[in-house]
Amino acid sequence: MNAFWTLVARDLRLAVREGSAVGTALGFYLIVVTLMPLGLGPDLRLLSRIAPGVLWIALLLAALLSLPRIFETDHEDGSLEVMATGSLPLEGAAAAKALAHWLSTGIPLALLAPLLGLLLNLELGAYPALVTSMLAGTPAISFLGAAGAALTLSARRGGLLLALLVLPLYVPTLIFGISAMSAATVPGQGFEASLLILCAISLASLVLGPVAAAAALRLQMQ
Amino acid sequence: MRLVVESLKVIRGSRPVICGVSATVAGGEALLLTGPNGAGKTTLIRTLAGFLEPASGAVRLEGGDGEREIAQQCHYVGHANGTKSNLTVAENLAFWARCLAAGSETSSIAGRVAAALAGLGLEPLAGIRAGYLSAGQRRRAGLARVLVADRPLWLLDEPTASLDAASAVLVAGLIKAHVAAGGIVVAATHVPLGIDGARYLRLGATAEGAASPSPIAPPSSIMPPARGGGGKAVR
Repeated sequence: MNAFWTLVARDLRLAVREGSAVGTALGFYLIVVTLMPLGLGPDLRLLSRIAPGVLWIALLLAALLSLPRIFETDHEDGSLEVMATGSLPLEGAAAAKALAHWLSTGIPLALLAPLLGLLLNLELGAYPALVTSMLAGTPAISFLGAAGAALTLSARRGGLLLALLVLPLYVPTLIFGISAMSAATVPGQGFEASLLILCAISLASLVLGPVAAAAALRLQMQ
Repeated sequence: MRLVVESLKVIRGSRPVICGVSATVAGGEALLLTGPNGAGKTTLIRTLAGFLEPASGAVRLEGGDGEREIAQQCHYVGHANGTKSNLTVAENLAFWARCLAAGSETSSIAGRVAAALAGLGLEPLAGIRAGYLSAGQRRRAGLARVLVADRPLWLLDEPTASLDAASAVLVAGLIKAHVAAGGIVVAATHVPLGIDGARYLRLGATAEGAASPSPIAPPSSIMPPARGGGGKAVR
């Protein structure tokens, strides 16, 4: 367990020192959401109706942008191979790196979302639901994304391939994230049920993501 | 402790790179892999570390920790150094000390890092981010990893690449000390490392590109005579 937290701490420290990666994801999120009212016009009713969808989809894309970072530099500088000889199994290492990605990117994105909600005239009642559902849903993005990032590690121009592989896996998170938010604004729609399913998806990916990522990493090292 | 390689065959991209290599390295011995480019030195080392699956044959570490795979009992230093540009040299080593710890170490993390820094003459660079180091200094930072955790088997792929003469002597000293303490070292190299008593395994590319080994035959030109005293004294 010690080695696990050591790796999480190292990745967080690197994320802080290489601030650009997290900054890029947050900046991308901001830009995409800002472009929406510019493109769709200042119709406040329309904006507040599409706000949950825009916020969620832009969050998925921003997170996608930062996924390659999970394994790329460690693959390039040989750290990954040394980690494979470490006392922590590769599954554990993949989980630690995905967790660090969630802490350094997923949480900041989820916390930025309410600010961006202002730009889209999101209904007031939806803000708590927005933050809770995003905090519950983003682990799935990091852990499933880690598997995709590991698979496309040595592919040239892997970014596009990564999007093709990973975005379909995000569909359940997207659906239940948005249904949680719409349920929060309409009484009696079962916000809790959607939130619990989001948590279940995240928990399942917490287990499956690292196993798939480790299998992919072993292949990449061949 | 013995590292046993039995008629190993490794296929890379439908081409057999290593074909029928057998070798036994006992504790207290160093085995140096030589041969031209493409002879399969790196492939053999990566197979020993468990990254590559052999097509046939086997690799065993007898007398090691039966609970752990070879990978968990070896230090692997490949072409890439495994140092993070945005961590200082000391932070890099402290991370690897925790990550690679075998659990049998007696000294603290800080103590092991200090010893590793001293072992490769890196003390003045301890607080500098690895990204600002020269290639040779970064290589030394990567090699210092072998000193932060107790592991019996060292797998070194061209350990002296981009090192200056003085640093190469330091590395040779480390290898000798590890061998004298009963450890096993397998190193691929193009230059003489200056390790007395080391054994040689020459991997050679044939016309088809497949390696046909001539075990323990020292190449005449650059290598010192094999099978001397020193390294084999300790068993």
